[in-house]
Amino acid sequence: MGQIETVLQRFQTNTRDNLLPILQEIQQETGFLSEEAIIKVSGYLKIPTSKIYAVATFYDQFRFTPRAKYRIKICSGTACHITGAENILSQLEKRLNIKAGETSKDAMVSLEISQCIGACGLAPVILVNDTFYAVVTAEKIDEIVDFVKGTSGN
Amino acid sequence: MIFNIEVNDKTIKAKKGDTILETLRKNGITVPTLCNMETFTPTGACRICVVEVEGRDDLVTSCSHPVEEWMKIKTHSPRVIRARRTIVELLLSSHPDDCLYCIRNGCCELQQLARELGIRERRLPVVKPLRKKDPSSASVVRDPAKCILCGRCVRICKDRIGISTLDFIGKGMETTIGPSFNNKLNVSNCINCGQCIMVCPTGALHEKDNISQVMEALQNPEKYVVVQISPTVSISLAEEFGSKAGKEMSGLLISTLRKMGFNRVFKTAFAADIMINQVAEELFQRLENGANLPMFSSDCPAFIKYMEEYHHDLLQNISLCKSPQQIMGSLIKHHYARQQKIKAENIFSVSLMPCTAKKFEAQREENTHKGISDIDTVLTTREVVRLINLFGLDMQQSVPELADSPFAIRSSSGKIIGTSGGVAEAVYRTLYYKLTGKNLVNFKIAPLRVNKNIREFHSKVGNHKIGFAAVNGLENARELINQVKAGRNDLQFIEVMVCPGGCINGGGQPITKNTEIAKARVKNMYDIDEKDSIKVSYKNPAVIDLFGKYTGKEKDSFLEKLTTTYQKRDVLL
Ligand code: SF4
Ligand code: FES
Ligand code: FES
Repeated sequence: MGQIETVLQRFQTNTRDNLLPILQEIQQETGFLSEEAIIKVSGYLKIPTSKIYAVATFYDQFRFTPRAKYRIKICSGTACHITGAENILSQLEKRLNIKAGETSKDAMVSLEISQCIGACGLAPVILVNDTFYAVVTAEKIDEIVDFVKGTSGN
Repeated sequence: MIFNIEVNDKTIKAKKGDTILETLRKNGITVPTLCNMETFTPTGACRICVVEVEGRDDLVTSCSHPVEEWMKIKTHSPRVIRARRTIVELLLSSHPDDCLYCIRNGCCELQQLARELGIRERRLPVVKPLRKKDPSSASVVRDPAKCILCGRCVRICKDRIGISTLDFIGKGMETTIGPSFNNKLNVSNCINCGQCIMVCPTGALHEKDNISQVMEALQNPEKYVVVQISPTVSISLAEEFGSKAGKEMSGLLISTLRKMGFNRVFKTAFAADIMINQVAEELFQRLENGANLPMFSSDCPAFIKYMEEYHHDLLQNISLCKSPQQIMGSLIKHHYARQQKIKAENIFSVSLMPCTAKKFEAQREENTHKGISDIDTVLTTREVVRLINLFGLDMQQSVPELADSPFAIRSSSGKIIGTSGGVAEAVYRTLYYKLTGKNLVNFKIAPLRVNKNIREFHSKVGNHKIGFAAVNGLENARELINQVKAGRNDLQFIEVMVCPGGCINGGGQPITKNTEIAKARVKNMYDIDEKDSIKVSYKNPAVIDLFGKYTGKEKDSFLEKLTTTYQKRDVLL
């Protein structure tokens, strides 16, 4: 049985008020809401896919593309902004060939802009998953890109 | 309970239970609305209908507030007007400025509001979220850049039609309206009925415009351009050309079309008579061998697509007979072409329909032979109006003319198929004759004419117990289908039309909020039925003549061209 079916099974009653909890659990298990998942939920709860998509896109917590293995967050708080966050972003965008807010096709890496993460003294800063990079320089960007790409090559 | 309230310093009568808006309207006071839809529960989303109520700090949305006895209301105070203006200005700030090029130029509710509120300049900065047009569907074009998020299409699609193709996506500034996963319409479950167009206040939803193809064909000396007029179109134009709504304009329309250069003008109702006879024959056969009952009508292409998407297990219960449009299309490109010694590929066949789904139907593979479509282009009633205006023709100055033989005559059965219940009634008349050999004395089947969600008519004919039902809207259809699936077996024929009230309210009809117009059309259809001498399809002399031309093998192949097939469809439901 697939992951989605397992989640659905946990919800014995297929009433509509279970929609959000079901979506949440599916996202937890699979990392995102795929078309396939929404179609299955639609069949189970007898709600049209358009309605489910409407509800799901209303909440920021849901994503519709798989979560990348490496999630790069670039801080855009005031301190980081002044010390060159934009430049870092455009370099990363170029080197990784994705735009802010996007995930690479192979789901290896994603780029995100975040609000101030409270490390202004170390600006500019970026986060790769839970690893913290302070005072980011051109070399550090190389390092990060190599790391991300190197692994994706393996 | 009736009581008095004060509006704009005058006393007016109000009824308990009415909303403020309803009270105002009944007293002839106009307040603009956008998200509000008659017979739907108000949402209070757009706020354009606000009024000032003495004693309340905030402005009140009149569409969603019940009227109360103590109320003193101002509908057009400076404060109210300022609020309405701001709302419209906000809407305009994310709306393209291309009214001149818009299909709804002159009949757009947003344009009208801007005009009425005297908005003369852009006060707010332009914020234009990039949104692309979706021209993928054969019937409906979506232009989300022009969407003002009133939600009317979403509601009609879910609550009236019952298919839920469109819904809101996202939130805040990013909100848009579209099918699941913001996909293209042509891969969605959209059944092309076009009812979303009928309620859209702007040009965000409109029919696929096919006028240019017709113009091209008319210019091309190599093309023999023929046109068929749906029995519904000719009674749906009147008010657009200054006549009383519902008036039959057939003769005037025929002569106007000839002036444009159409080589032949035929009546779809002729083909409707053929359909009615064939459907009755098919039903007769099914009654004999008891298989695949109840039989569903097959003339509404939106219903067919719905069945192909949701009820594959019942496809064998749909009549195999083509729709009138496609019967006529096939007659023109095969029978007529041979008779007139014209090559089928040189004929350009146009069909005038009250329906956007007919555009989709014409493109179905089943309706194409050796790469040539039976129908080349379908124009909705709205496009017909635009075409006539484009040619600068004055319908009223025309002299009525008759359609071209051999497809010129109809029975009144072929006329009433435009309204919900009409097909069932027409089929019953012919079936009765087939079962008894006698003509029906009282041809009028009243239970199929009442305005009910599900119309049913039960009778005993010979030793058969016959049950007929007619529904419009898929919510009602679904109910019957579920009953059938659960074992209900007292129905032999079920007519389904997707549009509210039937084709008379089709998604290709002139856009109006005046519900009286549709009523006038229905009334006139039944009046015609009352007055006409030939009321049953099996007595249409031209049809009898046509069928007499074929015998033996030729007849088999002729009859085969009147039938079609259905296919299971995999789309997002
Ligand atoms: S009810 Fe009539 S107008 Fe509406 S989709 Fe069906 S055929 Fe077209
Ligand atoms: S019409 Fe009343 S809130 Fe939209
Ligand atoms: S207003 Fe956008 S589609 Fe109706």
